[in-house]
Amino acid sequence: MPELTLVESVNLALARAMQDDPDVIVLGEDVGLNGGVFRATVGLQERFGPERVIDTPLAELLISGLCVGMAAQGLKPVGEIQFMGFLYPCIDQLVNHASRLRHRTQGRLSCPMVLRTPHGAGIRAPEHHSEATEAMLAHIPGLRVVMPSSPERAYGLLLAAIRDPDPVVFLEPTRVYRSAKGQVEDNGEALPLDVAFVLRQGRDVTLISWGAMVKDTLAAADALAAEGLDPEVIDLATLKPYDEDTVLASVSKTGRCVIVHEAARTGGFGAEIAALIAERGLLSLLAPVIRVTGYDTIVPLPRLEQRYMPSVGRILTAARKLCQFG
Amino acid sequence: MAETSTAGEELPVIARFTVRRRAYLAPDGTTLRRLPSFASDTGLLAVLYRAMVLARAFDLKAVSLQRTGRLGTYAVALGQEAVAVGIASAMRPEDVLLPSYRDNAALLWRGMKMEEILLFWGGDERGNLSSGPAHEFPYCIPVGSQAPHAAGVAYAFKFRKQPRVAVCLIGDGATSKGDVWEAMNFAAIWKLPVIFVVNNNQWAISVPLRLQTASETLAQKAIAAGCAGEQVDGNIAMRAAADDAIAAARDGRGPRLIEALTYRLSDHTTADDATRYRPAEEVAARWKEEPIARLRSYLAGRGAWGKADEEQLAAECQERVEAAVAHYLATEPRPPETMFDHLYAELPKVYEAQRDEVKGTSHA
Repeated sequence: MPELTLVESVNLALARAMQDDPDVIVLGEDVGLNGGVFRATVGLQERFGPERVIDTPLAELLISGLCVGMAAQGLKPVGEIQFMGFLYPCIDQLVNHASRLRHRTQGRLSCPMVLRTPHGAGIRAPEHHSEATEAMLAHIPGLRVVMPSSPERAYGLLLAAIRDPDPVVFLEPTRVYRSAKGQVEDNGEALPLDVAFVLRQGRDVTLISWGAMVKDTLAAADALAAEGLDPEVIDLATLKPYDEDTVLASVSKTGRCVIVHEAARTGGFGAEIAALIAERGLLSLLAPVIRVTGYDTIVPLPRLEQRYMPSVGRILTAARKLCQFG
Repeated sequence: MAETSTAGEELPVIARFTVRRRAYLAPDGTTLRRLPSFASDTGLLAVLYRAMVLARAFDLKAVSLQRTGRLGTYAVALGQEAVAVGIASAMRPEDVLLPSYRDNAALLWRGMKMEEILLFWGGDERGNLSSGPAHEFPYCIPVGSQAPHAAGVAYAFKFRKQPRVAVCLIGDGATSKGDVWEAMNFAAIWKLPVIFVVNNNQWAISVPLRLQTASETLAQKAIAAGCAGEQVDGNIAMRAAADDAIAAARDGRGPRLIEALTYRLSDHTTADDATRYRPAEEVAARWKEEPIARLRSYLAGRGAWGKADEEQLAAECQERVEAAVAHYLATEPRPPETMFDHLYAELPKVYEAQRDEVKGTSHA
């Protein structure tokens, strides 16, 4: 089994989906000849032709709107937005059309589209290239929001997203695009959506994260284990709809929860999870739920971005504090 | 013509464009140029006429339902019936219409039932189930944002080598939006079988065309995209323009924008009062150009329509509209938990508790 980077596994899943289903169309800026700005679509146009791998004009709203039209006709479009900061023109299409086409036609039409975009900071990119605004998307009824954190899950979840009969926004963790490596077998097997992955079993504290922060969260878990603690690590993976049961089951076991995300704190998805635990897991808590997040400021330019994002150190501090609470 | 060149000196011209207007009959009935061949087919024209009259009768009834609290906000198309019927009647069932909120006449032609239209504007999603073609798009409420869908639908047709056409109905206000530009631009690059019909009714709620654009025509907005564009007297020449554009699109000759000149004789919607911003004299003058009287007079002039026909048609329309209203009013609201129906192909388990809460069976 070859060892692949996360972005290579995205490419592998796209190729697999296109090979298995002639209705799968890839479209976006620079996705064809150039193979995508992160090379996620490299080789696809050569293999599947310019009509299935479309170099679109430079117009993000168009990309998402074309996806809606194609999907309503039964194609399975996979649009690429180059960076999350350029996704915002698509919000109208996602909120007003993609997410509600099935509902507003009572099932007469549907919208099996995927919109992929890199997510997050940490690659010393220019302004607008480091956004982590997944909570905004996770607030939209009718949509799915999925974020892998490893090559294996990138492959399996992207296949699932493409095969899903409803619209999915697929957020790819830019910071670990090339640093995350794993054994990925091109077996065409999807991983389940709407399901969280328990990456490490433990009894003392639950660490919940998604995307690139999963790597730091796992590193923090290793350090906690070295200190004699027994942390559990959950990769949420699907943020909308998310796996409440796995979160609650874990917290009922550990009684302690740290939520880690690089998005700004206020109104971030961590707040949703904390509210869930407050509503349905309060009696099992041994300590307050803590969020370790980006700060409530604009993502700084590269000189300061490392100070913005949660670090292993900040996760450790929070987890230790919880374990010493009371 | 507006001066759009910035040259301070004589520089060579590298491109020229023209915009043509399609018109056959003046508002007073005078023939302006040779009529299209179907103009002698008074049987066909009578069918189109009937559809326009029915649409107007339906519209006026919908307004009265709203005024008496039996319908939600409703967008009237008074005076624009010929644009909708002209384009819809030129389409084939397998083509796809992407309508805006004022295009009821087109939807009726395509097979949507009056009671379904009432159901939607009366606040029930089941209206959009529509008895029209299964792949038809529902009303687009946000202005112009279905234009990229039309390009996507047309792309699917071309990709699958299907001789089908997508028709997107928008208004003059929509041409100010990037959505429409982005869609036309893409459609032209790929020579997609899509028609953008602009109902240029001169007003976007209270904003007149002169505040919408400095362009002399809306048709020319297509030209910058490399898309064909023409201006049409939408009140009498729409069907000819539609036939031409649809045939070209079906034949692989690419997209077209049709700027259909018409006029919104009514308020924007039942929630609007156009007397706040629009002079009565302007509206009165435009009544002289309204499509139904013009087509009736054309048919009558050829002995194909008379007073008895008109009376019979009015009675028929009233009967059909009343039957639809009765059907609509007799339709019971759905149980509240159906608000979760069709949210996803299968409702995620995590939302079942909320559905049960609405249903009143929650044990939480």
